Amino acid sequence: MSEAVTDRTVNRSAMQVSDEVAIEINSMNKWYGTFHVLRDINLTVNQGERIVICGPSGSGKSTLIRCINRLEEHQSGQIIVEGTELSSDLKNIDKVRSEVGMCFQHFNLFPHLTIMENCTLAPIWVRKTPKKEAEATAMHFLEKVKIPEQANKYPGQLSGGQQQRVAIARSLCMKPRIMLFDEPTSALDPEMIKEVLDTMIELAEEGMTMLCVTHEMGFAQAVANRVIFMDQGQIVEQNEPHAFFNNPQSERTKLFLSQILGH
Amino acid sequence: MSDTHAQTVAYVREGMLEQQAPPTKEAGAIRWLRENLFPTWLNAIMTLVAIYVIWYLLSGLLPWIISPTWFSGSLSECREILTGAGQSTHQACWGVIRDRWDQLVFGFYPQELYWRPVLALVVLLAGLAPILFGRFPKWFLGFSMASPFIIFLLLWGGPIWFPVMVALGFVLGAVAFRSAVRFNQIVGVLAAILVPILFWLFLAEPIADALTSVLPIGLESISSKQFGGFLLSIVIGVAAIVLSLPLGIMLALGRASDLFIVTKLSVGFIEIIRGVPLIVWLFTASLLLNYFLPPGTNFDLTLRVIIMVTLFSAAYIAEVVRGGLAAVPKGQYEGADSLGLSYWQSMQLIVLPQALKISIPGIVNTFIGLFKDTTLVLFIGLLDPLGLTSTIRASTDWNGIYWELYVFIGLMFFIACFSMGRYSLHLEKKLQREHR
Ligand SMILES: Nc1ncnc2c1ncn2[C@@H]1O[C@H](COP(=O)(O)OP(=O)(O)OP(=O)(O)O)[C@@H](O)[C@H]1O
Ligand SMILES: [Mg+2]
Repeated sequence: MSEAVTDRTVNRSAMQVSDEVAIEINSMNKWYGTFHVLRDINLTVNQGERIVICGPSGSGKSTLIRCINRLEEHQSGQIIVEGTELSSDLKNIDKVRSEVGMCFQHFNLFPHLTIMENCTLAPIWVRKTPKKEAEATAMHFLEKVKIPEQANKYPGQLSGGQQQRVAIARSLCMKPRIMLFDEPTSALDPEMIKEVLDTMIELAEEGMTMLCVTHEMGFAQAVANRVIFMDQGQIVEQNEPHAFFNNPQSERTKLFLSQILGH
Repeated sequence: MSDTHAQTVAYVREGMLEQQAPPTKEAGAIRWLRENLFPTWLNAIMTLVAIYVIWYLLSGLLPWIISPTWFSGSLSECREILTGAGQSTHQACWGVIRDRWDQLVFGFYPQELYWRPVLALVVLLAGLAPILFGRFPKWFLGFSMASPFIIFLLLWGGPIWFPVMVALGFVLGAVAFRSAVRFNQIVGVLAAILVPILFWLFLAEPIADALTSVLPIGLESISSKQFGGFLLSIVIGVAAIVLSLPLGIMLALGRASDLFIVTKLSVGFIEIIRGVPLIVWLFTASLLLNYFLPPGTNFDLTLRVIIMVTLFSAAYIAEVVRGGLAAVPKGQYEGADSLGLSYWQSMQLIVLPQALKISIPGIVNTFIGLFKDTTLVLFIGLLDPLGLTSTIRASTDWNGIYWELYVFIGLMFFIACFSMGRYSLHLEKKLQREHR
């Protein structure tokens, strides 16, 4: 699986990291009831960074990125996205959500709307974009993810890989500054994984700030500028991908890598 | 080439197969009979028994139903016709339906004004069309929204300003919601509820009176006591159906909400309303409410009944819709949230369309029950078709007639309820086709 992206030359030189801070997380903690899922998370992400988050099942990866657009609420510490601090203030939450796109493992497309309607819904209702303009934008992004001809179909008529690419296009239509991916390929068959990863690589080449929870280590090596390893709700190790894969420091990281890369 | 293929395990297809049409089912009536009615001995016996039972029932019923009495003007005339034709007098006397048709349909509505309920029905059907069958021009929806007030004016008459004031209350509520929701969701909802209520209680009547004295246009006023028959059933049934759907949806959303007070209020309302028989609520409407209302207020009994029936069926709708809401996957809520849609937007655009689609059979089921329950108003002295049967029997002409009226009324209700059921099936199929 890790070779899925290697047959495509990735243009890393285009991926520039600026010094502008996109996301800042300061000593953030989260509990589910009494269970301490996220423990003292500190993370700063700059504009243009591509971060891959990995770790064993149940380590809190999904919870972490879901906190960034407030699908989950944190109980202590700070999360600041594009200068807006997440609190219970609904206005700030809506503001952050319209700046941050998210792709889910199970796509979460709206089955009662066509692909086009899926893509234009949020721009029309949240951004108040005129319908014609929203449709033009949607068509642009559907072409980008290479499925413009499916625009008038319903999600149920598309393959998994196509659905995930629609989900990416749907998020892009909101012109987000940050994209979050929660295991976007783990519900897909191998040949579809590649088409989705290709789309994600293109995004990275255009300088999108990305946080990806994924087990596609090939993708991490090709695209990420930082890999974060989480275990038991904590950030255990982070490093640039070459060093992370070839010279892991922590015992937990070594164990995880040996399992996932097949010794 | 071919013999090497036969000997080795390896196989290479040399040409691809063209697509072929699926095999058609063999047709023919005999084949159908054998497959569906007489496939085995046991099934054959059961088929024969069923045919005998059907024949037995029909041979008893049909002679009673097929009776040449359509033009008789009284029960005794019926007997004359039947004995004159040399038939047994144990046959239906359908003259009563023809003779009392107007009364069964319109109750005691003034005869020269029958055009008003008929026109109201046309307005109703036209107003419902875009909602029931979709894809109509936008301005038509405006007509749909105005149609309840037009219908009210046509049926009850009176000065035009009263329904205008009621409509204005709704407009004010919408405006209040728009302007208050910017500060806070809850304030918006409260404003949307309070502003129209205050307007109706304190401002609507004086303004309407003032306007009436200046510009006295309107229709001849009809009192609720003159309503009756199917007109009454349809007025109560349709009004309650149209009103209880939005109310029930709001209650279901309230029950599923995160806000403690809203949840508890919705649950309390739903449980109290549906925990008590409808007939008790109807007695409350007709008797008890007089004690609570300020003396001298003359709050129309039919309107009170409509409100009670609406609340009652809203509680049931709320539970049906709650089931639909629970069936919408969590990912849909998250997908909507992650795009930055507000609560009301995600409900209106994402969650409710899916939840309501799932709830259609339950909702229509509730409506069918509601429509049949409108006959309960006979116990509080309103003359629905069933109530009219005793009025009709009280005349000397038709003293002693029972079955013909009940069969006819039953048939009418059956047609109405069966159509609703068919419509629900049509809607389900249509939505299934659209969404796959
Ligand atoms: N809604 C919830 N209520 C209670 N506990 C939860 C909830 N969601 C997740 N958890 C727990 O929190 C922990 C972290 O979950 P999370 O989904 O973030 O893990 P993950 O790293 O994404 O794992 P996976 O790779 O399996 O997706 C898990 O132990 C999980 O059981
Ligand atoms: Mg996860």
